Amino acid sequence: MAYDLKMRVWRGDADGGELTDYTVEVSEGEVVLDALHRLQATQTGDLAIRWNCKAGKCGSCSAEVNGRPRLMCMTRLSDFEPSETITVTPMRTFPVIRDLVTDVSFNYEKARELPYAELGPRDADGKRRMMQVDVERGQEFRKCIECYLCQDVCHVVRDHEDNKQHFAGPRFFIRYAELDMHPLDTHDRRKLAQDAAGLGMCNITKCCTEVCPEGIHITDNAIIPMKERVVDRKYDPLVWLGNKIGLRNKDNDGRAEV
Amino acid sequence: MATTDHGVTSAGRARIDARTLRQDRWWLSPLATFVVFAGFVVFATIRAFMGRDYYASPYLSPFYSPCLGDCVEGASDFGQPFAWWPLSAALIILVFPLGFRMTCYYYRKAYYRAFWLSPPACGVAEPHGSYSGETRFPLILQNVHRWFWYAAVLVGLVLTFDTVLAFRPMPAEYAVGDGETSGVHMGLGTLLMIINVVFIWLYTLSCHSCRHIVGGRLRHFSKHPVRYKLWTWVSRLNESHGTWAWYSLFSVAIVDFYIYLLATGVIQDVRFF
Repeated sequence: MAYDLKMRVWRGDADGGELTDYTVEVSEGEVVLDALHRLQATQTGDLAIRWNCKAGKCGSCSAEVNGRPRLMCMTRLSDFEPSETITVTPMRTFPVIRDLVTDVSFNYEKARELPYAELGPRDADGKRRMMQVDVERGQEFRKCIECYLCQDVCHVVRDHEDNKQHFAGPRFFIRYAELDMHPLDTHDRRKLAQDAAGLGMCNITKCCTEVCPEGIHITDNAIIPMKERVVDRKYDPLVWLGNKIGLRNKDNDGRAEV
Repeated sequence: MATTDHGVTSAGRARIDARTLRQDRWWLSPLATFVVFAGFVVFATIRAFMGRDYYASPYLSPFYSPCLGDCVEGASDFGQPFAWWPLSAALIILVFPLGFRMTCYYYRKAYYRAFWLSPPACGVAEPHGSYSGETRFPLILQNVHRWFWYAAVLVGLVLTFDTVLAFRPMPAEYAVGDGETSGVHMGLGTLLMIINVVFIWLYTLSCHSCRHIVGGRLRHFSKHPVRYKLWTWVSRLNESHGTWAWYSLFSVAIVDFYIYLLATGVIQDVRFF
């Protein structure tokens, strides 16, 4: 059943802009991105939207719907009252390019700062072996579609532009965790995570986990385990004493600090 | 609260003056957390400083256990090494569970949101001009959480011991019938203490530091099957860590209040057998 949906869409660029009211016909079962596409097709041909798969898997159509970071293609209109006005803005943590499109290059700069896995020597037969139980823990983090909604909602950079220089953000903390849990990696990333990536800036208020469209337990399974690993290295005298008297954690053998 | 010009209104970002465009009742959860936590803090502070009405044989309030100061007769099952302590005996021991909860990863989320508004809710701009997270004193001390966890395990063992003692026979003055002062006893107080100690253990064992210590720190689960199994169990409990944090907060307050009512003679214990 079709009905007229009232929308407020942010229109503008880095020099300024405003929320503009529209009314667009939508149908039952559609999502916010459908409504914006119809708006683009019928009323505002110059409306800028970044999108691709329309299936919640490419991470392109990230925006804020009624103030909440969401994928527009996964936000059903049926979640709202038909009489409700839906407000759509670009992600408010990143510089805007135009309308709903933001410049997310901050995230690619942070990705470049993160050293990739450095694997140890191969087995005698030239192969590398990992047990399933050792690799499956990090598989959860591979689900990340890099929509950067977690980066968008994280108040460390959202509310403090000056922190961007020293803070990698939740998307990259799951990468740090994934690599630090990698059974064959020879890097020890704990110091890097604490110093360069700013892990200590995170106060675990869990908004990243709340907005993740892939349902990754970013805080519980990545950030907090990484914080605990940093505690092992820096704040736990028992671990320090164990290392001194030879009762060290042999599980860390062969790892070198980066 | 006004937005800051270095946050969501920073140069280059989409020019939107509102600190949030959320239309739901985002303020309800932090407000509820604030009210309940503040209420608990007031109640616990009053009870901790009272220094009396914490023991109604055979029940000892969890706020005062182990009672190591100059405690009333029968309350000190582990001696009175701090008998010289001039203030309430609760203050000697409460620092450990208090430190455990203050540095707890769940409580941190709750009070950073509800008390410090950092942030008050997701997508709602915080009012602070600068932010350094947990990198500086005093918040860098959150890293000692696992030390409080070690202490919390000891406190959990003591509370378990207290719960066993809560099955002891009641003294004669509490007896409601012939022969009730001998043999195993169980009353409403015993039941409340059992519920409390179960929640305390669920909260303590679901702790993120516990999860790390039992196996989370490992990079090769395959080489440590027992620790891996423990880690999977703790991980399952850990999913509800916040729930156990709330339940155990309520249960410990209820047990203390019940014992207060018994000790002051307002009510009599309900005897099951």
